[in-house]
Order: sequence, then C-alpha cells, then structure tokens
Amino acid sequence: MPMNKQQQAPLFHISKRKALPWYQAWGIRGAAIILALVVCAVATTLMTGEDPIQVYITMFEGAFGTSRKIWILCQNIAILLCVSLAVTPAFKMRFWNLGAEGQVLAGGLATAACMILLGDSVPNWLLICIMIVASIAAGAIWGLIPAFFKAKWNTNETLFTLMMNYVATQLVAFFVIVWEVPKGAGKIGIINQSSEAGWLPVIGGQKYLLNILIVAALTIGMYVYLQYTKHGYEISVVGESERTARYVGIKVEKVILRTMLLSGAVCGIAGLLLVGGTDHTITTTIAGGRGFTAVMVAWLAKFNPIFMVLTTFLLSFLDRGASEISTIFGLNSSFGDILTGIILFFIIGSEFFISYKLHFRTSGKKEG
Amino acid sequence: MKKILALMLALAMVFALAACGGTETETQAPSTDAPATEAPATEAPETEAPAAGGIAKEDLKVGFIFLHDENSTYDLNFLNAANAARDALGFTEDQFIYRTNVPEGQECYDAACELADMGCNIIFADSFGHEDFMIQAAKEFPDVEFCHATGTRAHTEGLDNFHNAFASIYEGRYLAGVAAGLKLNEMIEAGEFTADEAKMGYVGAFTYAEVISGYTSFYLGAKSVCPTVTMDVTFTGSWYDETAEKEGANKLIANGCKLISQHADSMGAPTACEEAGVPNVSYNGSTIAACPNTFIVSSSINWEPYFEYMINCVLNGEAIAADWTGTIATGSVVLTEVNEAAAAAGTADKIAEVQAALEDGSLHVFDVTTFTVDGAAMDSYMADVDTDADYTPDTEAISDGYFHESEYRSAPYFDLRIDGITLLDEMF
Repeated sequence: MPMNKQQQAPLFHISKRKALPWYQAWGIRGAAIILALVVCAVATTLMTGEDPIQVYITMFEGAFGTSRKIWILCQNIAILLCVSLAVTPAFKMRFWNLGAEGQVLAGGLATAACMILLGDSVPNWLLICIMIVASIAAGAIWGLIPAFFKAKWNTNETLFTLMMNYVATQLVAFFVIVWEVPKGAGKIGIINQSSEAGWLPVIGGQKYLLNILIVAALTIGMYVYLQYTKHGYEISVVGESERTARYVGIKVEKVILRTMLLSGAVCGIAGLLLVGGTDHTITTTIAGGRGFTAVMVAWLAKFNPIFMVLTTFLLSFLDRGASEISTIFGLNSSFGDILTGIILFFIIGSEFFISYKLHFRTSGKKEG
Repeated sequence: MKKILALMLALAMVFALAACGGTETETQAPSTDAPATEAPATEAPETEAPAAGGIAKEDLKVGFIFLHDENSTYDLNFLNAANAARDALGFTEDQFIYRTNVPEGQECYDAACELADMGCNIIFADSFGHEDFMIQAAKEFPDVEFCHATGTRAHTEGLDNFHNAFASIYEGRYLAGVAAGLKLNEMIEAGEFTADEAKMGYVGAFTYAEVISGYTSFYLGAKSVCPTVTMDVTFTGSWYDETAEKEGANKLIANGCKLISQHADSMGAPTACEEAGVPNVSYNGSTIAACPNTFIVSSSINWEPYFEYMINCVLNGEAIAADWTGTIATGSVVLTEVNEAAAAAGTADKIAEVQAALEDGSLHVFDVTTFTVDGAAMDSYMADVDTDADYTPDTEAISDGYFHESEYRSAPYFDLRIDGITLLDEMF
C-alpha cells in the first residue's frame, strides 16, 4: 500500500508522533488492556458461556493462588527473561538473532553431557564449575558461528540463526538416543536422580530461588552493560547505522562477533539453569519456544532490560493463567491461548498508536 | 521502525492464527458443557493420609496429567476412561481435575505438585516420560498416591505411594492375530495365493519391547490357526506419523504381504489398506468408518477398570499394587466388534473360544512350544525387567513352559526375535 503523492488524498494516512508524555503513553496502554479485557469477556461469554469475571479471577489464581504457583511464575519469568536478555544486545545492534532456541539447547546439551559423562568421576563442586564453563562456551559458539559468517561474508543472519536451531535440535535428538534410559524409551529421564551429581545447589530450601537470583543479577548486569559501557554504546551506534559506526572508527565486525558471543553465552546460561537447575534432563523441546517469545519480550520492552521484567511478567502471567482456566473450567487449552492472543494483540497494537498517529481525510478524528 | 512494525504485526498474526487453529480442531471437549462453578484452587486443604482406613467419597479428589489433549487419540483414550470411571463411581465433575498438554519435563513435576496442593488424593499421569517427574513429586507428597501408566520403575523404586499400571495387550493382539490367521486361511482356500505365500505385514513404531511383544503375540495368534504364515515388520520411528505409517503399509503390500496390522497411533496403515483392498487388523479402536471393506477387528486398552481400581483402593484404605496389569478378565483388554464384511466366517466364535482358553489359563500366548529363536526352542530367557542404564538382563522370564509377560512388572518386556518374523529395518 504505497501512498503516492497524488492530488486525491487517501482515506487516512499514518504519521509518526512526536514522543508522547509518559502519562499519555501509559494512558493508551491502560486503555488497550481494558479494551482487551472487554473483548476477552465477550469472547468468553459467546464461545463458552462461562462467567468472564470468574475466568479472570481464575487466571489470577492460576498465577498467584498458592506460594508454589508464585514460585513457578517467578521461575518461568526468570528463564524467559534470561533468554530475552540474551537476544537483546544482538537486536539492539539490528542483528536478527532468531537462534536463541538453538543456543539454549546447545548450552543445555553441554550441561547434560557433563552431568552424564562426569557425574561419578569428579567432585560435585568441580562438576558444576565444568558445567558452567561448558554451557557458556557451547551457547557462545552456537551464537558465534552465524556472527562469523555475517561479519566475514555478510550472510543473512536471520536464516542462518534460524537454521542453527534445527541443527541444535537434531544434535539433541541424537544424544537423547545415545543416552536414553531405558533403551528405546527416547527419553533420558532425570539425570543422576539418586546421586544428584551436577544439580545446582538449592538455596533457602526453594528449588527456583537460585535461578531467580542469577537472572536478577544478569538483568542488572545487562542493563549496565547496554546503558553505561563503551561496548553498549558501540552496539547502539552499529544498530543505528553501520556506516556511521565505520565512519567514527568502530570496528563493526568486531562488535558483531563480540555481541553475538555474549548473546550466545547468556543463552548458554539459560540452558544451564534449565538442565542443571530445574529439569535435570534434556529434551529437544526444553527451550519450549522461549527463543522466539524472547523476540517479542525484547521488542515490547524496547530493549530495556528493566522493562523486560514487566513484559516477561505479563507473558508468563498470561501463560499460567491460561493453563489454570483450562484445568478449572475443563476447557481445551486452546481457549486460554485465544485469550492470550487477544490481550497481546491489543498490547502490541497500543505500541503502534503510541508511536504513530492516524489522520483521516475528512476530519481530525483520532483513534487511541 | 518499519521493520519493528512489520515484525510486531507478523507476531500478532501468528498469535491470532494459532488461536484460530485451536478452535477449529476443538471437537468434543469432555467436560465443556456443564460449567464447574467453584474454583477450588485457593483452598488447598491439607491432604489426609489415604492409608488410614480410607476416606469419604465426597472428600476424594483425583488429578489427571495428560501429555496432550483430546485431539490426540492416545490421550483421548485416557480422558474417555476417566470420564467413564467418574460417571460409573458417581463422582462430581469438580472431584476429577484434568491437566492437559503437560510436557515430559519439570512441568509434569510442577503440575503434580499443584494438583497435590489442590487436595488431590490420587494423581495419575498417562505418558511414559512423565515417570521420573512423578517419582520426584511422590517423594515430596508421601500422603498422596501417584499412579503412572506404562512406566517401569515402581517395583524397584521402593516408594509406597508410586504405582505403575499397564494392560496385557499382548492377549488382545493374540486374539486379533487369530482373526488375521482365519482371514488368511479363507483367502488360501479361495485360491488367491498358496499357503506358502501367506505373509502378513506389520507397521510398528519403535523396535522395543512394547512393540516386539505386540507384533510377536499377533503373529503367534495368526500362526495358531494358519501354521505356514510368516510376517514382515517395518518401523516408523514415531508413535504418530501418518505419512510414514502409510508408506510403511504400502511398502509391505508391495512386498507381497496379504494382510496388514500396525502398532502406531495414526490412520496411515488402515487407509493404505483400504485403498489397496488389503485386509487390516487395527489397533486403538475401530476404523470401520474409514475402512468398511478391509477392517477386520481391533484391540485396545480400556483404562477405566484401573481408574476404578485405584480409586476404590483409596476409598477403602487399601494399598494400590506397585504394578497392576489389566487383563481380558478385568475388562482392560478389549476387542471391537468383528467386521463381518471383511472377516472370515466364524471369526467371532473362534475369538470367543480362544479368549475363554486364555482366561482359564489353559492357553498361554508365549507358549515356548509354539515358537523358536534361531531354530531352537527356548527354555530359559533372562529379561530386562528392572530398569537400568545398561539394560542388564535380571529376571528369568520362562518357566512352566511359557514366557511370563507382564507378570514381573506391568510394562511389557518380551523382546525375543522369533523365527518366522523378518524385521525389514530397526528404529529406536
């Protein structure tokens, strides 16, 4: 829909807004959420005949109903946030890293390999140290390969990272068969269930606390790195314009390699936390699509790690709430996904109306 | 900024599409019609010890963990059985809590713990890969009973509240095999091929005990009425791969197989048979609607008797067996109606006769006088019953003249490669 500059004015056209004051921006977001809840309520009543208020209460209880549910919510937030933090520097550099899924798998696979192969032969503290190094290295290498090709020969990083996901998935599938217990099960099961070798320590009696603390530290670290360091500045310059970056003497190739190394390494940590910290197993689906959800998280938060806490919270809350709805009301879980879809649609839409303005031909009517 | 916008719109569309796709396939969600009014999520009452003299019926809650939802035939079979057990025992809808789409990972542990928090006295999981996580949860909630279908570890784990269950589906497959053998005899008599050419084909999922036990019992059933029969087996490497199953069946038919059966969950093999006009013995339920001319009979597992058993145990304060194997006698192994249009005359009567012999113990499926391995009769076989990483054979399975399948644990462990069956490939 190219808008030719003809005499006939189009029905409406879109123009970029100047930055809105914060209260207007948040007003639009608030309105979007209220609108989304109304549409969800209508959809709920029409499709299932359930009481929408009851559905919302159930969603809320699904996320916060018991202390266990709150811990699970925090754990889900932590892992998703970790992957989102990982993709953020690359995206800020306009490097479309869609390979977080594969990088998490690579990190997880390295962790699992250490746990299985070294489980009985080295002391636990040493094993955990090896796991940390191995997982970070594996994730970093998985991120570095497409970055290297991009920097050297300007290959398309979107396709490259995407395809690296499939390679990682197949590698995991292969090693699952190698290590499966019992033979033919197609599952590794819980690794070292009796000896707990290589399991990350449980602190304060809470299984998920360590993950949450590590990711909290990562969030602050990533915020400082992007906002206040020379590296962070270089990343934004390369993201804004590669030519400018070259002009001011930034070695773009070096920045690309360094940033993807970091991106992959943080994904590797996510793999470590999943395999060593909570699941203690490896499957091809252990990343669970977080590598792609992270793309949305990062964009919605405009690459600000602190805002990303909010967006991951929103997505994890919706996810947990949706699963509770299907359990309590006996609805197909797709129904929860429909509600999540409606809410996300409005929230993403509100970002559009914050950045852009609609002008109609006849009058100055606005939509918000 | 355009890129951002494009990406966001694309994402929004993906979500919207995914949501739409979901509604179309939503067929008959088992409990959508009657709304569950109260949400029992927050109360989380203390779970009472079920062992101490049982509990009142109205206090009992049962949690179910399903790998997928009703769109999967595998999980639908469990869902239907759970609904049937609920109705048969007279429980209300909010006493049976279903968690669908629970992956075989930490989510299973979380789901089990949440169900325990909600006050469930029994928690059941339906997929093999759930087992480790159920055990983890069972250790944390000693007062809650954890029951798991198809698993192998209950008898070695030493937990009072973790139990495995399966069914002696090999008996059902043996009966289905008898129907197959009769059909072959009929075709030989009609002069369609000679007795030496009587070859069956079998599409299996994976080359391991559950499937080996299944196709061997099917073959022995056929051989018991048609002594010259042989069989080719091909594997797909997946429990559900419609294309691969269909191709497998077509390959077998092209290789001269006169009758096809399968152990995988899609309609691939049955539809291939219907198109080629080759008789088919099905699994998991009747395929007569799609294959009216070639469907003979089908065996399947009915889980309702187990659900009723575990619930009654808890109600009466009795211990649930570590391994429970449903049989024809318990109603766990069932055969569909025989399709008279495709089956040989007298099939139903013969099945009834063989079934009676199986039930009174005069006939054993894996009778060592009926098969040989590498040309020799078996009088001893150490099976891998206790799960370990190295598949160490640990239990003598042959005694009293037959292989004792599903007796030392509920999940199958018969993995002998007997003569007369040719494996075209292997898939783990």
